[in-house]
Amino acid sequence: MIALRRLATALPSLAGVIIVTFLLTRALPGDPAAYFAGPAATAQAIEEIRHLMGFDRSLAVQFIDYLRHLAQGDLGTSLSTGQPVLQELVTRLPASAELTLSALLLSVAIAVPLGIAAALRPGSLIDHACRITTTAGVSLPTFFTGLLLVYLFYYLAGVAPAPLGRLDVFSTAPPQWSGFYLIDSLIARDFDTFWAALSQLILPAATMAIFSLAPLARITRASMLAALGSEFIRTARASGLAPRRITYVYAFRNAVLPVVTTLGMVFSFLLGANVLVEKVFAWPGIGSYAVEALIASDYAPVQGFVLTMALLYVMLNLAIDLLYGLIDPRVRLEA
Amino acid sequence: MTATLRHAGYVLGENPVTAFAFALFFLFALCAALGPSLAPYDPLASDTAEALTGPSAAHWFGTDQLGRDLLSRVVVATRLDLGIAVISVALAFGVGTLSGLAAGYCGGWIDRIVGRAVDTIMAFPLFVLAMGIVAALGNSVANIIYATAIINLPIYARLARAEANVRRNAGYVEAARLCGNGEARIVLTQLLPNIMPLMMVQVSLTLGYAILNAAGLSFIGLGVRPPTAEWGIMVAEGASFIVSGEWWVALFPGLVLMAAVFCFNLMGDGLRDIVDPQRRT
Repeated sequence: MIALRRLATALPSLAGVIIVTFLLTRALPGDPAAYFAGPAATAQAIEEIRHLMGFDRSLAVQFIDYLRHLAQGDLGTSLSTGQPVLQELVTRLPASAELTLSALLLSVAIAVPLGIAAALRPGSLIDHACRITTTAGVSLPTFFTGLLLVYLFYYLAGVAPAPLGRLDVFSTAPPQWSGFYLIDSLIARDFDTFWAALSQLILPAATMAIFSLAPLARITRASMLAALGSEFIRTARASGLAPRRITYVYAFRNAVLPVVTTLGMVFSFLLGANVLVEKVFAWPGIGSYAVEALIASDYAPVQGFVLTMALLYVMLNLAIDLLYGLIDPRVRLEA
Repeated sequence: MTATLRHAGYVLGENPVTAFAFALFFLFALCAALGPSLAPYDPLASDTAEALTGPSAAHWFGTDQLGRDLLSRVVVATRLDLGIAVISVALAFGVGTLSGLAAGYCGGWIDRIVGRAVDTIMAFPLFVLAMGIVAALGNSVANIIYATAIINLPIYARLARAEANVRRNAGYVEAARLCGNGEARIVLTQLLPNIMPLMMVQVSLTLGYAILNAAGLSFIGLGVRPPTAEWGIMVAEGASFIVSGEWWVALFPGLVLMAAVFCFNLMGDGLRDIVDPQRRT
């Protein structure tokens, strides 16, 4: 029931996203009909395409048409590859998802303990380290961090593989199950491939993690400080509870809600950074697909990509909303 | 006014990092103003005999694949990069603040429309939305500016709305209304100056984000075209040389880009210390 009500709150965002992407498809530079007809088309051919694609009809009719195509999963066809956009997005999505989720896990695994440690000893060395990382982290352009890591770990140290996709040339992709190479190779018990995939993944994931670490560590520190300063913690201390129990059970449980809220913002960063990082590491995900299409002035894939990313983001925010209720019973009561 | 100045001086003296950020900002402003006359070489002049040489006394930052002096290119690019960021933030600030003020002060249907528009922008991953906008409107510097302005707009609109909402029945607003001022006049002459300090902090913070965003867009080939000197493009051009060990082509533009963003972020933190009344002693 609560889930349904939350779902209803996501509907306006969903509608907004679809309307904006529709408007973006109509705002193509110049005459879209002339564009789709190609440079050699005659005036009559352009007119025919205009009619065929519905550009001569009213905006409302075009919008309903657009919705009908969307409902059928038709995002248009890429001009440069001739493939349906939806199909290419679906085959490339696991690569992007694996990269983004690994980056998020890595970032949470570093940021949350760092933030807690900084909050436990304000003004200490680790607190300063936390502050420097958070300020430097948001200032780093992701594409530059990626290149820097490639130079250090591939060119100088030689420990990382060449930044060329998800697997080196000697490995073959594991049988498709989830599309995540790490999981699929473990299922197939192919540990060489698992290792190869992991070593390709680690640099791009670290690049994105460095970027997203900052807001998470900052908010963890701030909300832990607030929780540790509250009266129930003083009571717990006075009652002689073990410090570890106070920190992790009493304080952290209460400090985690703002951290989860920030996760939503971090996802917005990560999905954007994804595009840049995929370009740097030649990662065959949907971001690099969109960039290639952009450079070739092939608009249908770009629009499909923007829509996919926005839908993913709306769903992620919904999931985070639902997570609130699980973490904090008070939120459930209010809803 | 003198109290504010004294307080600003106190904050700068207390916090040398903020003072450093302001100094760095003046350096960037100088490069932006005088760029071409500060640069030791012509940023577009190629010299194939000197191609891809590392940093030296003649070329402090080295040269790129066409033998262009990287220091000159980095310095000259400052005007373009800061220009894009400043214009787009100014647009976002103007439109966002005014619509947010109107929404917070008037409430009602204006509030609902502004709120819905802001929510819709925020429903997108912002960099992806910027990509989509530039792809749809056409690949030009002007459209990069519009796209960056649009994705920064919600921050100002939300902040201004929240502040106006809190203050719309404040004593000084009621007094102004009692004196017979019109609503538009109250918003512009009473509310706006009062929320200005808060907004300026946000301006500094979003400038850093705007620079990152514009450089990211030109890194993937949008907006600025080669051979124009721009930090994002220069990093993109240097990317292919990283794997063969010519690190300086990408490193120096990247470092300068990073320094600029870092500078604006630190300045934002420092400005917050200056304008935040709670920290004033």
